Amino acid sequence: MPLLQTIGLTRHFGSVVAARNVSLRVARDEVVGIIGANGAGKTTFVNMVTGYLTPERGHIRFADRDITGLRPRQITRLGICRSFQVPQVFPSASVRDNLLISLGVIPATPRALWRPLHRPALQEAAETLLQRYQLDGHRSQAAGLLPQGMRKLLDIAMAAARKPRLLLLDEPTSGVSVAEKHDIMDIVMAALREEGVTVLFVEHDMDIVARHAQRVLAFYDGGIIADDAPGTVLQDPTVRELVLGEPGANGEQADAER
Amino acid sequence: MTDGHNHTNKGLLLALVVLGLLGFVLPGWAAFLGIVALSKGLVVLGLLLLWRLGLVSFGQALYFGIGGYTVGLAGLWWGLHDALALTALGTLAATAIAALLGLLIARYREIFFAMLSLAFSMILYGLLVKSDLLGSSDGFGVPPVSFAGMALSPAHGTLALYALAAVVACGAALLVHRLLRATLGHLAGAVRDSELRVEYLGVSVFQVIYAQYVAAGALAGAGGAITAMAVGHVDPALVYWTVSGEFVFITILAGTGHVAAPFLGALLFEVVRSFAMQYAPFTWQLILGVVLLLLILFLPNGLWSLARRWRGGEA
Repeated sequence: MPLLQTIGLTRHFGSVVAARNVSLRVARDEVVGIIGANGAGKTTFVNMVTGYLTPERGHIRFADRDITGLRPRQITRLGICRSFQVPQVFPSASVRDNLLISLGVIPATPRALWRPLHRPALQEAAETLLQRYQLDGHRSQAAGLLPQGMRKLLDIAMAAARKPRLLLLDEPTSGVSVAEKHDIMDIVMAALREEGVTVLFVEHDMDIVARHAQRVLAFYDGGIIADDAPGTVLQDPTVRELVLGEPGANGEQADAER
Repeated sequence: MTDGHNHTNKGLLLALVVLGLLGFVLPGWAAFLGIVALSKGLVVLGLLLLWRLGLVSFGQALYFGIGGYTVGLAGLWWGLHDALALTALGTLAATAIAALLGLLIARYREIFFAMLSLAFSMILYGLLVKSDLLGSSDGFGVPPVSFAGMALSPAHGTLALYALAAVVACGAALLVHRLLRATLGHLAGAVRDSELRVEYLGVSVFQVIYAQYVAAGALAGAGGAITAMAVGHVDPALVYWTVSGEFVFITILAGTGHVAAPFLGALLFEVVRSFAMQYAPFTWQLILGVVLLLLILFLPNGLWSLARRWRGGEA
């Protein structure tokens, strides 16, 4: 049984089709890269799977349940977490408190929320995360003052705190300098491998996709135009033209796709 | 961190002892002023919780008034005179109404939250002014209260009420301090920073706000109950918007960095107001206005930031 399965997801924004009949399966322990030009429907897909948007048509199955229409917090509790293109951290809290809060809300019962945040067991868990994501040098710094790359890492660490079964990373390296990109992805992927998380990540940098993805999904105009191993997808002429913007790679086929 | 909260717990218990000892030497007017300051401090303690969530209520007098009227009516209609029971009842009534209205209000933010709170308080004001049964705009007298079955002379009654106020205030401060240390307390700043992330951590933002909104209502109810017993009279002015404004004023004056701040702020406010009213009966609001202006300009984090600065300088 696939860990995640979507069946015919469709979603419009006005006259724009953000998702057209998106069907896919992701198996346990896969690392899947999602590529596509801006507006191709990558983030819409992530938003539908994590409950931020409800599909107009279609179903989303996670493990053995139908999660279509559930709210983000319900989906989170089931074991699907996400990071954001614009990091959603708590800028006024310290890096360590950001992680402590992410850990302290598991489970989000009144009893658990009443327990002190700065308790030894939680601090130990936060320490592990700090080291795993190489944030330990910044633990006391306010998250709002972190450099962008560190903030991205913190955002992902917060999403991973719950030890989700599936983690969706929305452009983990966007807004990060070229020099830092690879380091950040290496840290993230090493950490997630250690935690045994199935990963879907949206990415614009093809070097990073080729390096980290076992499988690549190419989105174009709300639909999936390629789904295969990175070597195959990144060499596909249609993908090269429509996703990577290399003109004239295969004009006829591109027209046929439209 | 551990030391810090132990200091606060010890400090609050010490404050209770000092307040208790003061009771033996304070003149009657000062004890009365102390009761009023502690009661208002309770309300402001609730506003501190909301403030940390990024919310300002311009209608907290609603729960203050409900606490007060509940005490008055319980005495008048049911012949309930025990001060402790009345305080509990006033708190409970305010909690119940906050639990109901919170279902709606906790869904709003920023100016909409502030205005909706204000609207509900002014609806109650309107109802109270129009209801002849409750004395309309004159209100009615609260029957004298007793303590553990003993009816005390007015002077002793004031002292007993002062002791009750001190115990309730310190108890509430300890509880709120505990709340601020809990994950729930830390989630307040998290909600202010990013509601999206809080939801994606598996937490209901609504429940975080709702719980603290109801707690704030309970604290305001307790403050209103004690005030009504101290003043011996309730009228619609208790829930008027200027009273809510006063609570917000004290919140800004005090700062929201520590649970002791609301009480110190309320005390300072009451002292300044008493003297300003006495020496400048027609311009006391002007004096308060100038004080607020200076605070916002020079101490935007309230009086408590002075304490922090002083402590920081020492270390």
